[in-house]
Amino acid sequence: MASKPRTLYEKIWDAHVVERRDDGTCILYIDRHLVHEVTSPQAFEALRLAGRKVRRPDLTLAVPDHNLPTTPRTDAAGNRLPIKDPQSAAQLAALEANAPAFGIDYIDATAPEQGIVHVVGPEQGFSLPGATIVCGDSHTAAHGGIGALAFGIGTSEVEHVLATQTLQLRPSKSMEVRVEGELGPGVTPKDLILHIIGVIGTAGGTGHVIEYRGPVFERMSVEGRLTVCNMSIEGGARAGLIAPDETVFSYLEGRPYAPRGEAWDRAVAWWKMLHSDPDAVFDKTVVIDAAVVEPTVSWGTSPEDVVPVGGTVPAPESFADPSKQSAARKSLDYMDLEPGQRIEDIAIENVFIGSCTNSRIEDLRAAADVLKGRTKASNVRWAIVVPGSGLVKRQAEAEGLDQVFTAAGFEWREPGCSACLAMNPDKVPPGERCASTSNRNFVGRQGPGARTHLVSPAMAAAAAVTGRLADVRTLAPCQAVDA
Amino acid sequence: MDKVSTIEGRAIPLGLKNVDTDVIIPAHWLKTVSREGLGKGAFETIREAPGNPFDVEDFAGAPILIAGDNFGCGSSREHAAWALLDLGIAAVIAPSFSDIFSGNAFKNGILTVELAQDQVDRLLEIAADHPIAIDLENQIVTTPFQDRFAFEVDPFRKHCLLEGLDEIGLTLERGAAIETHEQQRARALPWLDAPQRRDAA
Repeated sequence: MASKPRTLYEKIWDAHVVERRDDGTCILYIDRHLVHEVTSPQAFEALRLAGRKVRRPDLTLAVPDHNLPTTPRTDAAGNRLPIKDPQSAAQLAALEANAPAFGIDYIDATAPEQGIVHVVGPEQGFSLPGATIVCGDSHTAAHGGIGALAFGIGTSEVEHVLATQTLQLRPSKSMEVRVEGELGPGVTPKDLILHIIGVIGTAGGTGHVIEYRGPVFERMSVEGRLTVCNMSIEGGARAGLIAPDETVFSYLEGRPYAPRGEAWDRAVAWWKMLHSDPDAVFDKTVVIDAAVVEPTVSWGTSPEDVVPVGGTVPAPESFADPSKQSAARKSLDYMDLEPGQRIEDIAIENVFIGSCTNSRIEDLRAAADVLKGRTKASNVRWAIVVPGSGLVKRQAEAEGLDQVFTAAGFEWREPGCSACLAMNPDKVPPGERCASTSNRNFVGRQGPGARTHLVSPAMAAAAAVTGRLADVRTLAPCQAVDA
Repeated sequence: MDKVSTIEGRAIPLGLKNVDTDVIIPAHWLKTVSREGLGKGAFETIREAPGNPFDVEDFAGAPILIAGDNFGCGSSREHAAWALLDLGIAAVIAPSFSDIFSGNAFKNGILTVELAQDQVDRLLEIAADHPIAIDLENQIVTTPFQDRFAFEVDPFRKHCLLEGLDEIGLTLERGAAIETHEQQRARALPWLDAPQRRDAA
């Protein structure tokens, strides 16, 4: 039988099918399972109650990130500081106890390797191309940036994977997002993915796995690819991926959990076959012209509510769908914005640079480039940088970026999820605005009543120095300062 | 898991589109190590408004929720399903659901019913004053006014819900097949097994 042309997604899926039932449901083998403190305690507890063990602790890695405070975790003598919030402390204690009890590798909250689970996975070489990767967090889609099939799961599925190293799933449909042409100067992967979500809508990818294709991605760094794939879930797709290539292989080579020697060579040989066949058919295709993508900002309370920074707040009547019109009215009310208002006239009081979308070294460099020799505007009350991991933090410090941030009036914090979802003490106050490099502008996401504008790291820096949403491309070149 | 067959009673006519999981249960409620008690935080921001449908007396204890397109979008938090359960919601009707949410709902015995927007609109209208019924066995939603809306449901999920089956138990019964796959995988893709942490090169 001649083999049917397959997409990248289908190739990875097929390689992991344990069994396929007549109704199409498959038992799918999971290669890598990342565990954090918030969505795992109930899963471990259920295993304990049922007398079940973890089938493959060697394929599981635990690291706390969601509710850890980003203030210093040890005192001057190196002793661990207690977490003040008793519930957060209890969740952390549960993970610290569960990991060794079930034989799982654990990265401690004070270890230099600690960080946001989606930064840690690729950085440690634990996440690999062609692997199936899951985590109890919807932004697991990020790992698709290195060519993995990676998706978020709920706690019952966390328990299912711990117990069986598999999931029962039906294959998704395939969706191609093909980006043609080149991004303009000053336009980043974050702007591109915000633009894509604006085009397809937050339900545009529901039931699908997205493959991002086109020359833009071939030239994009691994960090940029992780940013793009990370936000696939904001377009409704449980997973998004980009075919792995030399850029990915050289990023992974030598990382702590990555294969070595002969195993590495065999792995690379297999990874090189991981791309969609030329005649592969996608269930849905969306074509995006890269040249029209501008630095992009969200105005509403859904990630599909985006406009170019040079644009204006849309009028609810401009949407064809009546339910979208009423949603837009509610959004504008929550965001305290008027139709027709210029985006660049929106003043902000807070800036957050961080999250699994934009907290990697390249993101911090992009923000620091804008901030060098500048300080935050007087109306910016709170500006923080939360590196994605301890290793990102150390690298940034080695490059002097921390000095640039603190000189500009930013606080330089310990790694974690922080103000992206405001589970820890890092919150935007009610009624205040935040230019945020995170991924969701939902009502109350960054704290009750907080108003989020999603932007790229460079745009967040531009917002900090101007005190409003501003086009980073129009800032005058700043003076060079020895960092 | 409890068996699910027919769900009948009042339905909360929420109707909103893109109800995300931060709306269903805000993040500050996630600092729990238990599945219980999350109903208190369910739809917290919506319930701040006076006259919201959740606090109308007629809908107290209503087993059904009716919402707009893309219900449950956003985060993977299963706390959203646990919060609905704690509120007493046994089924959600909407034109579409996010993939992760519908999986989480199913695993907690909550039925998600997809109907066309005009049918959902009709139910929203009826729900204001009348009960509705969902018959899983026959895959049909009915009202006191002869409306009969058929819906699709994944056959495996239907079977599990009707019989109250434990999915992990079912998968563990396939242990031999999983072992065979692991052996093939160890030969074909050996680098995926037992990754050993080493100092970075």
